[in-house]
Amino acid sequence: MNALKLLDHSDLTGVVMGTIFGVASRFLMLQSDYRQYPAYPHGKLIHLALGTIAAALGSVAVPALLKKDFTAITFLGMAAQQFRDVRNMERNTLSAIDKQELVPRGTTYIEGTAVVFEGRNYLSILTAFLTSMAVALSSWFVGLIVGLICLGIVIRFRKGKTIKDVAQIEFAPVRVEGPNVSVGDIYMMNVGLEESQQIIRDVGIGFVLTPRSDDAKVTIANLGQRQAILHDVSVRLGVYRDDGEPGLLPMAKLDLHTGKLGVLILPREHERAVALQAVSDVPLLEAAVRMPTQANRHKGGMLPNG
Amino acid sequence: MAKIVAVVTSKPEKVGGGLPVFHAEDQKEAEGLAHLMEKILDAAAHRLEDHLYILVDRH
Repeated sequence: MNALKLLDHSDLTGVVMGTIFGVASRFLMLQSDYRQYPAYPHGKLIHLALGTIAAALGSVAVPALLKKDFTAITFLGMAAQQFRDVRNMERNTLSAIDKQELVPRGTTYIEGTAVVFEGRNYLSILTAFLTSMAVALSSWFVGLIVGLICLGIVIRFRKGKTIKDVAQIEFAPVRVEGPNVSVGDIYMMNVGLEESQQIIRDVGIGFVLTPRSDDAKVTIANLGQRQAILHDVSVRLGVYRDDGEPGLLPMAKLDLHTGKLGVLILPREHERAVALQAVSDVPLLEAAVRMPTQANRHKGGMLPNG
Repeated sequence: MAKIVAVVTSKPEKVGGGLPVFHAEDQKEAEGLAHLMEKILDAAAHRLEDHLYILVDRH
């Protein structure tokens, strides 16, 4: 009976439904994946709590605005400030962890992840806001539909582009000739010790990434993107490496003539299909994506769009 | 920037300068020395010629 009473009260229904859908959208976006982040329960708790606050703020804004209480919008400003701190928090945590990783994420990857965490809170606010608005302007049923559509959109756009969208990935033989290690035709590094050379011969797997376009050439040349590839692949396949073994270093080098990227990894898992999948699934970092071909199409002398 | 922290060679007449240079009797000893120093210094051993190793610190 109480639930039915709630439905009579459209403001409260809007706020409750908005909050529920907002939290649900944040929860859906918080699934831990192969990157294993956030895999620990307290990390999830923090983000669910912040997601709840975000959703509540978004859904409360609608009834406040309908009552012509325009100062309510300043609360959203305050919320934005709050969620900028989320980005800082994620950046600090990941940077601190990164120092202890055998294959670090790199600053570009960390920055990308931190931005995603901030952005997802705003998506949660938006879901709550739209749902709440639909309830307030129409009925709880329309609110339900709008909320479900928002969740669908969130699921659809949860995953961004990956490396395989911009580059063709092929296996390439790892050659160790004397101290010189190369993947395909791409020279990687000089490894002095016979022992390390033998390990690279035994466990090394090489890939050559051929960019699909001129834009992609710039993207895979980005050092942050390369480090992200090495980190993600090392997480998924394991890494044959230890502290104090500077000779065993997974690395990615560019063929300057062709723009191809040679990747040498030292995995524990040697299943070729799994290895190929691991490289293909590396996310494309926002900061690494450049569109020089588009920029060059414009007439010169324009100020950057801001 | 990477820094050369030590040199191991079995042909000392080929190297010089202000670096710690470790003399080895032959190529085998040079490799053994380079191996130990790589682990101790956490600096990668690179082989420039058969008789010449450098230890490079990239931290």
